[in-house]
Amino acid sequence: MNKVIEIKNISKSFGSLNVLRDISLTVDEGENMVVFGQSGTGKSVLLKCIVRLMEPDSGEIFIDNKDVLAMDLKQLNDLRKDFGFLFQGAALYDSMTVRENLEFPLIRHFDFTPEERETKVKSVLEKVSLEEAIDKMPSELSGGMKKRIGLARSIIIDPKLMFYDEPTTGLDPITSKEISLLILELQKSLKMTSIIVTHDLLCAEIIADRAIMLNDGVIMKEGSISDLKSSQDPFLRNFFSNEIIQEHNRRN
Amino acid sequence: MSGSKNKTTQSSAFEKKLNDFFIMIAGLWQFQWQFVKQIFFPPYEIEQIRKHMDELGIKTLPIVSVTGFIIGLVITMQMHPVMVRFGAEAFLPGAVGISIVRELAPVITALIFAGRVSSGIGAELGSMRVTEQIDAMEVSGVNPFKYLVSTRIFACTFILPILTVYVIFIAFLGAYIAVVLVQNMTYQYFIDSVIKSVTFGDAIPGVLKTFAFGFIVGIVGSYKGYTATNGTEGVGKAATTAVVVSSLMILIFDMVLVKVTLWLWPAV
Repeated sequence: MNKVIEIKNISKSFGSLNVLRDISLTVDEGENMVVFGQSGTGKSVLLKCIVRLMEPDSGEIFIDNKDVLAMDLKQLNDLRKDFGFLFQGAALYDSMTVRENLEFPLIRHFDFTPEERETKVKSVLEKVSLEEAIDKMPSELSGGMKKRIGLARSIIIDPKLMFYDEPTTGLDPITSKEISLLILELQKSLKMTSIIVTHDLLCAEIIADRAIMLNDGVIMKEGSISDLKSSQDPFLRNFFSNEIIQEHNRRN
Repeated sequence: MSGSKNKTTQSSAFEKKLNDFFIMIAGLWQFQWQFVKQIFFPPYEIEQIRKHMDELGIKTLPIVSVTGFIIGLVITMQMHPVMVRFGAEAFLPGAVGISIVRELAPVITALIFAGRVSSGIGAELGSMRVTEQIDAMEVSGVNPFKYLVSTRIFACTFILPILTVYVIFIAFLGAYIAVVLVQNMTYQYFIDSVIKSVTFGDAIPGVLKTFAFGFIVGIVGSYKGYTATNGTEGVGKAATTAVVVSSLMILIFDMVLVKVTLWLWPAV
């Protein structure tokens, strides 16, 4: 398997708080890598460092064997044209309609005719089952719909690499499962390499090929979901089991 | 004991404010350079600039119209008794005209523009920052500074002089009505007096300095919004501080520019 993403000894601090400490990681072509961890353990920071929305304090990041941290803005923007990024809150441009949101990357990076753009927009909306939302403003959409449109905007450029920042957070279990299945389906049909930051176990079980657990700024465990779940480490057992709830029920 | 603790807290709060002030000055300087570096290179984002000029002009037009009219009217009514006292009633239209063209219209329009536009830009970009829309733009390979910031600064810089020229004419209308009310002067006499007294040497510096004022409004609003943090609280703060800082900077720059323009285009 080709290594698409290679991270070597990345560290990132905010003041005296060391969020990432000497993280090294590789993601293979076509792989779905899930990043687990408690809130505030630096999962999103790791994702943002990879796409250089944040600059790490030290370390190296390679995407397709290209040194991301050594790139100038033009080279970086050229590389980013192959990225899709689904933000936690979907980050739809709220002054634009759904159609304009979806057309935005197409107009900026490709020379499609208006008819070709229209076909692409309708095709991705069909993929996320939201054809009727085409002329709506983001403020008229529910949380789940926003996530779907955000996903549609990310995949409209046929990205090679997809980054998901908590794709199911804040959604009800049914919508959460639907989004997870949609991500899996898109990954299979578009053959993308993905990194998914989440603490939703159901989502991870549906889409993960491999997973890592971040704790205290380091990778404490790497492997399949079942490897992580079967670990005897107290932190991992606590994370994946409902022991806390059982303990609470027993005490009461 | 508690007195010394209070003093330490006050001194550290002052240090923080001073530190924030210098960070802002450095940030504005950096923004200015980035703007200059990016505006001359493609893509030129003409469509965005046109859209912002349209929006900013239309947004500000009603309020500057009302203010311009009232300023012209009030300044004439205030100056009339003074001119009568000195036996210089005939010079009233000229004196009012020069005051409006050289100082009142440019500064008042700029301050209203700052209040209306700087806060709007601060809130809009601040909201885009905290909801990760700017990050989304950046990660999709689009330069958000150029698309969102440079276009707004450019639009502000060029729309404010146009608004100022418009306000000058509206203020003249207010002044004429006041002159008719207090002095029973004919329209022809009023126009002749204004044209005789107000020269291009008065109009050029007045309008030229509004380019600088427009730039200040654009850059301060954009800087405050683009660097907003701390969620919705940060957005509110960005909008408020954008107005305060840009208004203050307009007045400080006006002080400097008055001296420069009087040197370049002497009033006598």
